[in-house]
Amino acid sequence: MKKIMVGNHAVSWGVMLSRAEVISAYPITPQTTIVEELSVLCADGRLKAKFIPVESEHSAMACCVGAAAAGVRTFTATSGQGLALMHEMLHWASGARLPIVMATVNRALGSPWNIWGEQTDSLSQRDTGWLQLYCESNQEVLDTVIQAFKIAEEISLPVMLNLDAFFLSHTAEPVEIPEQSLVDDFLPPYQPEFRLDPKNPHSFGCMTPPEYYMEFRYKIQQSMLQGKAVAQQVDDAFGRVFGRKYGLIEPYRCEGADLILITSGAIASTARVVVDNLREKGRKVGMVKVRLFRPFPKDELLEILRQVEKVAVVDRNVSFGVGGIFAHEMRAALCNEKVRPAIFSYIAGLGGRDVTPPVLNDVIYQTYKRQEPEAQSVWVGMRS
Amino acid sequence: MYERRELMYAGHQACAGCGATMSMRYALKALGEKTILVIPACCWSVLAGPFPYSALQVPVIHTAFETGASTASGIKAGLEMRGDTETTVAAWVGDGGTFDIGIQALSGAAERNDDIMYFCYDNEAYMNTGIQRSSATPFGTWTTTTPANHPKGQPKKNMMEIMAAHRIPYAATCTVAFPEDMMRKISKAKAIRGTRFIHIYSPCPTGWKAPSSLSVKIARLAVHTKIFPLYEVEGGERYNINVDPKNLPVDEYLRLQGRFAHLTDDEVHTTQETVDREWERLVKKALD
Ligand SMILES: Cc1ncc(C[n+]2csc(CCOP(=O)(O)OP(=O)(O)O)c2C)c(N)n1
Ligand SMILES: [Mg+2]
Repeated sequence: MKKIMVGNHAVSWGVMLSRAEVISAYPITPQTTIVEELSVLCADGRLKAKFIPVESEHSAMACCVGAAAAGVRTFTATSGQGLALMHEMLHWASGARLPIVMATVNRALGSPWNIWGEQTDSLSQRDTGWLQLYCESNQEVLDTVIQAFKIAEEISLPVMLNLDAFFLSHTAEPVEIPEQSLVDDFLPPYQPEFRLDPKNPHSFGCMTPPEYYMEFRYKIQQSMLQGKAVAQQVDDAFGRVFGRKYGLIEPYRCEGADLILITSGAIASTARVVVDNLREKGRKVGMVKVRLFRPFPKDELLEILRQVEKVAVVDRNVSFGVGGIFAHEMRAALCNEKVRPAIFSYIAGLGGRDVTPPVLNDVIYQTYKRQEPEAQSVWVGMRS
Repeated sequence: MYERRELMYAGHQACAGCGATMSMRYALKALGEKTILVIPACCWSVLAGPFPYSALQVPVIHTAFETGASTASGIKAGLEMRGDTETTVAAWVGDGGTFDIGIQALSGAAERNDDIMYFCYDNEAYMNTGIQRSSATPFGTWTTTTPANHPKGQPKKNMMEIMAAHRIPYAATCTVAFPEDMMRKISKAKAIRGTRFIHIYSPCPTGWKAPSSLSVKIARLAVHTKIFPLYEVEGGERYNINVDPKNLPVDEYLRLQGRFAHLTDDEVHTTQETVDREWERLVKKALD
């Protein structure tokens, strides 16, 4: 069945199909309609879940931690300020090894107030022990929710999927709704290995001294690394059942390219058009969409980029004092490679500014023109 | 009627004379083994024992400082989805985690009337971090952030009134000097559905600069000086005072504790006046 739906409802329907059991969330633009739709689905019984309308995002994540520790499938969603407020509990969720799934509708952070798209909110959470996936279309959003639960439960770590404010969250697209019975086969009920159970009492998260703490951390790192292979397997299996797969990264027309554009989220759609146009004009330009950000898909990227001369990374985010965050991660990931491309870093589209084809053309033009990357990220699409 | 077995082992990490530890022992006797405890940051995060030990024989989840109520709400929802409607989910939180940093989450849970029991063991300061003032610290108290030459200038926040204003089904005060009263209230609360609030006055010899042998005596004096009256509030409206205080002067209570040693006669007088006024208010509500 195909339905026309906005990205936010694609999230809600993904959650319904995944049969989440406890949902706790707090409204914030542009995430709000995810929560509204979920409360309707819970109220009319299409989704048999408890919906806890908490008084803050901090409590939303704490509720998810409690529910997941009690042994049920758990979901929340937020944006920008809400995610920032949750920060403490994001560490708690991964530290407690709870497979919570969260949708983040990427929104710029204040001050000044801005409700539009930017990834600095989720990327500021990159060290919290959550896997992070970035989506390009509403179909990918719905499919990724289902995949996220499967990955999370396999490796006992929480997963965050990200979608762009408004460009996806509030834009309607046709979305193929998977058959419930197929989803049920793909994602059987959650069977926790450990849970809070008076018949089998255990203490979770107690004071853990230096003699023990480090091994818990090491295990998280191991699971996180394993998460890459698991995300790949889950995507492959999803593809076999539902006929759609996305990869950890997606190369687009990279054959024989001398310059590859790297981006994520909805900008990737614009980049495809730009690449098509330039290819038509004989330019050897390709694009790679990075879908998995944590764990960072270094080997997969390297395989595509090794032979390319120049890579231009377009970041809709910024780490002040460093620059574009994807570019920074790319540089860090490739720095020990003998043969590696020069990485040019561009910042575009902050606070929801449109990243139009002319902006991306400018990025490509500048990258061709420059011999060496600038030390700092180059800001494009600025007011003159 | 109460669990004869001890659900708390002796090998906990508390100071001698710790009221919070006695409180836990009595509470677990009343709650029984079908209980899940939620412990946010507080002395009890340490008392329960370091990994891989636990001083408690019920499942415990440790959680962040301000999330006692919200974590408990999540657990309750999770248990219900698993078909378990019997297990009591009990948040066990200090005064700082209740009166201060966790009040928002607690108010949220109470407003939703989530089916949890919320215990505040009140030692009238942040003891875990070394005796800093909280909004549960009484007027005139020395703490490490309210030095004796500039003691706390504000009275204790009335948390019971705040909880009563949420019109939750049950709220009660109790203390370790009256264990039967405490266990009766906890058992009664356990049988009620919705948010239940139990405020336990828990002496802290370390933070109060009092001999550890006097914890229970100090708790008894708190009741008999009317500083900490024992009462219940049902539905946020029906007040019931459970122990008639002997009406002792507050000085008898204050002088046993080093945290009040600097108080002038005037300040003791101010405390007495406040206590008398609060007591009259409470009596009026109980007569209503
Ligand atoms: C967000 C956050 N801020 C501060 C702390 C540090 N901290 C841990 S316990 C505590 C005081 C707890 O006081 P209370 O709730 O009264 O419990 P008590 O220690 O007295 O038993 C503080 C400030 C923390 N763990 N988390
Ligand atoms: Mg305290």
